[in-house]
Amino acid sequence: MSLLSRSRILFGAGALTVLGLGYACAGRGSGSLAGTAEMAQRVYVAPGEKDELYAFLSGGFGGQLGVYGLPSGRLLRTIPVFSQHAENGYGYNEETKAMLETSYGFVPWDDLHHTALSQTEGDDDGRWIFVNGNNTPRVARIDLATFETTEILEIPNASGNHASPFVTGNTEYIVSSTRFSIPVPNRDVPIDEYKKFFKGQISFITANQPGKMDIAFQLIVPGFNYDLARAGKGPSDGWMFFTSYNSEQASTLLEVNASQNDKDYIAAVNYRAAEACAKAGKGVRAPAEYRHNVFDEFSRVARSERMTSVLQITAAQCPGAIYFLPTPKSPHGADVDPTGEYIVAGGKLATVIPVHSATKMLKAIADRQFEGELEGIPVLKYESTIAGEVKEPGLGPLHTEFDGKGFAYTSMFISSEVVKWNVETREVVDRAPTFYSVGHLMIPGGATRHPYGRYVLAMNKITKDRYLPTGPELTQSAQLYDITGDKMKLLLDFPTQGEPHYANAIDAKKVVDRQVKFYKIAENRHPMVSRSERETGVNREGRTVHVRMTAIRSHFAPDNIEGVQVGDTVLVHVTNLEQDWDVPHGFAILGANTSELLIMPGETRTLRWLPKKPGVYPMYCTDFCSALHQEMQGYIRVSPAGSTVALTANTRRGAQARGSN
Amino acid sequence: MTARSRWLVLAAVALLATGYFLPLWRVDLIAPQYPEGLGMLIRIDGVDGLKPNDLQSINGLNHYIGMKTIEPESIPELRFMPWILAGLIVAGLAVAALRRRVPLFLYGALLIGVMGVGLWDYWRWGYDYGHDLDHEHAIIKIPGMSYSPPVIGRKKLLNFTATSWPAAGGVALALAGGLVLWASWTSRRRPEAA
Repeated sequence: MSLLSRSRILFGAGALTVLGLGYACAGRGSGSLAGTAEMAQRVYVAPGEKDELYAFLSGGFGGQLGVYGLPSGRLLRTIPVFSQHAENGYGYNEETKAMLETSYGFVPWDDLHHTALSQTEGDDDGRWIFVNGNNTPRVARIDLATFETTEILEIPNASGNHASPFVTGNTEYIVSSTRFSIPVPNRDVPIDEYKKFFKGQISFITANQPGKMDIAFQLIVPGFNYDLARAGKGPSDGWMFFTSYNSEQASTLLEVNASQNDKDYIAAVNYRAAEACAKAGKGVRAPAEYRHNVFDEFSRVARSERMTSVLQITAAQCPGAIYFLPTPKSPHGADVDPTGEYIVAGGKLATVIPVHSATKMLKAIADRQFEGELEGIPVLKYESTIAGEVKEPGLGPLHTEFDGKGFAYTSMFISSEVVKWNVETREVVDRAPTFYSVGHLMIPGGATRHPYGRYVLAMNKITKDRYLPTGPELTQSAQLYDITGDKMKLLLDFPTQGEPHYANAIDAKKVVDRQVKFYKIAENRHPMVSRSERETGVNREGRTVHVRMTAIRSHFAPDNIEGVQVGDTVLVHVTNLEQDWDVPHGFAILGANTSELLIMPGETRTLRWLPKKPGVYPMYCTDFCSALHQEMQGYIRVSPAGSTVALTANTRRGAQARGSN
Repeated sequence: MTARSRWLVLAAVALLATGYFLPLWRVDLIAPQYPEGLGMLIRIDGVDGLKPNDLQSINGLNHYIGMKTIEPESIPELRFMPWILAGLIVAGLAVAALRRRVPLFLYGALLIGVMGVGLWDYWRWGYDYGHDLDHEHAIIKIPGMSYSPPVIGRKKLLNFTATSWPAAGGVALALAGGLVLWASWTSRRRPEAA
C-alpha cells in the first residue's frame, strides 16, 4: 500500500477506529504486566530514603513546573514560572512582579509546554532547566541550585512559542519558533491574505550565561506552524531540526485544511552557518519590542529591561543556513538518537515513522538533491534523506526518545500505547498500552548522548477511570514503565499538576550537591534589608510608608507600628534573619489585596498594602516556624488621613523609637 | 634527667603547640529536628560553630530557655589562654635545656595543674550558662531544669542530646601531660655520680 492511499484511508473516522482497535488489541496482548508486588517494590521509596531521579514535568496550562521524584512519582515542589503563585508570593510580592512583565504589560499566566535541561557535551549537567511559555511567547531559566525562576526572555514576532526551548549540546543556544505564523512585523491585515503577509520565525537564544539570555538571531521562515525541535549531535552536530505542519498555509479550520498535503517539512537549520551570517553582518536589525527579566542573585529583586530590536535573517541572506526535509503528515516530534545519525519524525497522521539520516542529508545537500525551493529554502528529496520507515508502528506517532541501547520508544496518541523499536533495523519489538492517549514520553536523559535509561514516563492526555473521580475536572496523569528488560513493564500511575506536555529527568546526584540551603544575610544586597533588629525602622516618604522589619523565631521587629494613615501605600520589607536550612517565615496582613510573603532565611521580601479604613490590623507569620509560631504576630494602627498620630515603631533602637516624618 | 626524658619533654612541647590550631573540645547537639546536628568547637582562643551558622542557631534556640547568648568575646579566658599555653611551651623548652630533675617534676605538676584548672573553668562556664537563666523572660520554664552540657559524656537536654568530648587539640594536650609524667618517671632516680 502506498503512503498516499494509506493516508487517504485515515481521513475517515470509521477507518481510524477500526485500525485503532486492531492495534490496541495487538498492544495489550504483548505488554505483559509485572506482578503487583514486584511493581510496588520497584517504585517504593521507604520512609527516609530518597528517590533516584529528579523529574521535571511541565505544568501545561498551569504555567508552572512540577518537580517529582522517580521512581516514586511523589510531587516534591511546584516551581512558579509564568504564573503567579500565591503559595510563596511569586508574582505578587514587589521583588518578583517584574518577572511577569512583557511588552503587553503584566501577564500573570502562561501555557508551559516543554523543558530542556542544560547540557555539557551533549549530556544533562544539572545546572539549569529551561522552559517555554506558549501563549505570550517567553522562555525561562530555572536555577537548579535554588529551584527558582531566575530569568525570562520574551520572544518578539513569535506567536505560540511551541518549538521551544530545546537546547544545544553545550547550552550555546535554546530555541524558540512560532506555532501561529503572524504578520511580521505584526500589523492590521486581512486574515485571508495569510500567504501574503504571515511569516514564521525561528530564534536562537544564547543561554550559557545566567542573566544574559539574548536573541542571537531570528530566522524569518515561511508561514507554517512550527511544532517541536531537537539539536543534532555527532554527524548532525551544529544542526537543529524543527518540525512544521500547515504547509498548506491555511488560516481557518486547520484540522481539515492543514491536513491536505502528504508531506510537511522538517526545517533543518545549520545554526553555525546562521551564526556566521549574523557575525558577518548579514540580516537586518529590525525594531521589536520585548522584555528581558532578570532576578538578581544578591538583592533577590527582579528587574525588567525593555528591548527594542532583534537581528532578522532570511534564507536568501544566508544560503546554506536552512533546508526543508519533506516528512509525512503534520509531524510533531523531531527527535535525534544518541549517536546523532538518525532524526525521527512523529507524523501525527502518518502510518509510518520516518527516520531521516544525518549523513544522507549532508550528502544530499552537497549533491544538491533538491526537489524545489520554498521562499528561498531548498527542499531536499524525501528519498535522499530518508534512512527508512518504521512500518505499522501504531496510530498517531508523536514523540520519540531513546534508551541508549539501540532502541527507540515512540508515543502513539491515537492507539494509546508506547511502541519500542530497533533504531537500526526499524522493527517494532514491543508495545505497551497507556491509559489513555499518551502525548509526549520521556526517558531520563533520553535526548542526550548517554541516556540514563531504566524508565520511560508516559504523559497521558486522558485519565477517565484511572483515579477517584473529582467532578468534571479530573487529575492529569503520568505512567512509569520499566525498560530494563526486553519487555516494557508498567510500574506506576501517578497524578500530575496542570497538564504535563514534556518532561526531563536527571540522576539526583547531579542536582543534590548544588543545593543552596539558605541565603547568607551578609550577602543580602536588597535596598531595604535589615541585617539585624537594630537596623529596623519606619519612615515616611510623602504618602508612602516604608517599614523595615525582621523575622526570627518567634517574633517580628518591630511588631507594633502606629501612625499609618488611610490613603498611604505601606511597603513592608521583611528580612528573615534565620541562617539555617528550612526555617522560612511567612507574613500576611489582614485585608491586604495580595498574597502572603514567604521569606527564605536570609532574604528580604516586600508586601504592598493600601489600608482603606481606620483601625488596628493584625499581621502574623503564616509558616509554622517554631513552637511559638502562634505568638509570632503584631499590630499596625491605621488612623484617618491627616491624623496627628506620629509614625512610630517599637524597634530595638530604643523603646518606641520615632520614625522620621 | 635522662636523655630520653629530654626528648619526651620536647615531644610534649610540640604537642602543646598544636593547641594553637587544633580545637580542644567538641560539643555535639542532636535533636529530632536537627538530624544533621549542631555543634561547637572550643579553641584556645575562641568558640566556633561546627558548621558556619551553628553558633548562631544554638544561640537562637537557647533564647527559648532564657540562656545567655554565647559570645566568645565576653569570655576573658579565651583572651589569656593563648599566653598561658605560650608560657607552658617556654617552660618546657627551659626544662629541656636545664636537664635537671627538679624543674622537670615541677613542670609536670604545673602542666597537670593548669589542665585541671582549665577543665574546671570549662565546667564552671557550662554550669553558669546552664543555670544562670533569665527566668523572667524565658519562654520555656521547667522547674528544677538546668541546661549545663556535660564536660565529658552525653546528656539529654529537652529535645537535644548533648555530647561533649575532647577534640584533637584536647587529646594532644592530655598526651603532652602524659609524656611529661613519663619523663619524670624515667628520671625518678638521682643520677649516679660520675
